[in-house]
Amino acid sequence: MAVVNKKGLLFVLILLAIIFPLIVPNQYYIHILTLAFIWTIAVYGLNLLSGYTGYLSLAHAGFFAIGAYSLGLLTVKVELNYWLAFMLSPIITCIIGVMIGLIALRTKEHFFAIYTLCVGYIIYLIIDKWDSLTGGVRGLIGIPAPADIGFISLSTPLSQYYFVFIILLLVIFTVYRIVHSLTGRSFTAIRNSEPLAQSLGISPMRNKLTSFVLSTFYAGLAGALYASFIRFIGPEIAYTTITFDLLTYMIVGGIGTLSGPLIGTLLIVWLSQNLQFLQDYRMLIFGPLLTLIIIFAPGGISGTFLQWRARRKEKQRINMTTMKKQA
Amino acid sequence: MDIFIQQLFNGLTIGSVYSLVALGLTLVYGILHIPNFAHGALYMLGGYVTLTMMVYLGVNYWISILISIITIGILSVLMDRLVFHPLRKSTPIQHKVAAIGMLLFLEALAQLIWGADYRQMPTPYGQVIQFADVTLTVQRLIIVVAAIAVMILLYLFLKKTFMGASILAMAQNREGASLVGINTNKVAVITFFIAGTLAAIGASLTSPINLVFPGMGHLVILKAFVIIIIGGMGSIPGAILGGYILGFSESIGATYISSDYKDIIAFVLLIVILSIKPQGIFAKGGV
Repeated sequence: MAVVNKKGLLFVLILLAIIFPLIVPNQYYIHILTLAFIWTIAVYGLNLLSGYTGYLSLAHAGFFAIGAYSLGLLTVKVELNYWLAFMLSPIITCIIGVMIGLIALRTKEHFFAIYTLCVGYIIYLIIDKWDSLTGGVRGLIGIPAPADIGFISLSTPLSQYYFVFIILLLVIFTVYRIVHSLTGRSFTAIRNSEPLAQSLGISPMRNKLTSFVLSTFYAGLAGALYASFIRFIGPEIAYTTITFDLLTYMIVGGIGTLSGPLIGTLLIVWLSQNLQFLQDYRMLIFGPLLTLIIIFAPGGISGTFLQWRARRKEKQRINMTTMKKQA
Repeated sequence: MDIFIQQLFNGLTIGSVYSLVALGLTLVYGILHIPNFAHGALYMLGGYVTLTMMVYLGVNYWISILISIITIGILSVLMDRLVFHPLRKSTPIQHKVAAIGMLLFLEALAQLIWGADYRQMPTPYGQVIQFADVTLTVQRLIIVVAAIAVMILLYLFLKKTFMGASILAMAQNREGASLVGINTNKVAVITFFIAGTLAAIGASLTSPINLVFPGMGHLVILKAFVIIIIGGMGSIPGAILGGYILGFSESIGATYISSDYKDIIAFVLLIVILSIKPQGIFAKGGV
């Protein structure tokens, strides 16, 4: 019964996303939603590492930027075929991710967070200062939109919306499969207790590295999409502001849950749109929100809901058994 | 050679400020094991409060600093009571996220109140002294002297007073400190107050030679983290030594390597250190 409901809900959501541009034929909203989908992909990456494996990475804007700059440089400077560049960008991000992960994952907890924060800052500084390669503060202009696939043109905002949406679905599906696989369970085991996981025969380093690299893959993919969607990138996409944005999306939605990144990103992006008048001051609201959520509902929206449902079921079960006993 | 000595002096100036900020961070980490990412925001606000007092209200430089110290100290205590205290039994990831939330809030608040512009703080001590071949401004001299004076005062407080000894005891062993009747809540409040104070002093001293802007805490806090990892998380002499090491490496690196990449030196240093010793050098036991 519950499975049918879940599938039904999923189906309704997908349908809603498909018909959204038809109901709201407003270019601006379609643009914002496409962008929100791109952020969601990056948040799924962050969630895999921080939520499921328990390693809070603060370098994700950096990996996002590596993906974006890979695509930008490969298409603008190397003039590679768009789709080849699009495939290569997340892979380049992964390769850099392996190198950083190998060292970063030797550290734990606070050290890992501080280490990755510094890695993120170094990536930002390199992009900002390496003028001859990245264009420095001026950024990279003239990145091509996704090339046509056969007859399907991907140059209109509407087609790009569907393109990003399909990729998002693929991302959610793959994350779902990863989380429910043996590897995913190993991630959770490491999060809960690394020594215990190790004593059960799970190799912490190998699994943590897998999680780290997968999470950089999603960040790189999101970055590549961002570059070809916005078509202009500057060093500020690697700055800690973006990392903290991603973190906010994840925490509000629900860290370590499958639906959290989607809910959190869509909600915060929607709120930001409605709080446009706040502009740069939106953190006046989201900063305390982040702190309050972490104090009172550390599971975020999804986590709190799941907890509440589990508790209700437990209560029902207890009621049932007492009723049976009385009868 | 002149350039070298000049740069040594500059390193001493920057290092003094780094040490002050790192000291606050390491004190808080030592007793509560919280990496307080919002410490940089306290530093930034410290600069702004002093600036506001001096420029808008025309208060004397030293009194402005005093007001800044008290304001930021109280703010720091509030942060502990309202945010970190309720989280004392939760996971490390929650501490970090809560601290980041406070950081984002305080930065947005500063931008709302003072705007995003870069501001220059006037100094009553702009005179230049020629000492042998080295040129130095009085302000820089004040930074070094004041920072060292503050460090000595802190040392005396920690070693000679009961409260200071309680802080050290709690840093050594939290349960043990509770067992012998040390009020851990009170110690936490005092420690956060001192940390805020040190951040405010650091910012107020350095603002006349740097600029005041909402993001001024970003780099400083990152470097302070690097320093306390170099010096050992929670170690007080380590924070002082680490601050000066970083100050010297930066000013020398900026002259002899590249001034564009001088900010990267700290992070490369950290990456090298953590790559070789994942727990940081001088680490005491486990993480």
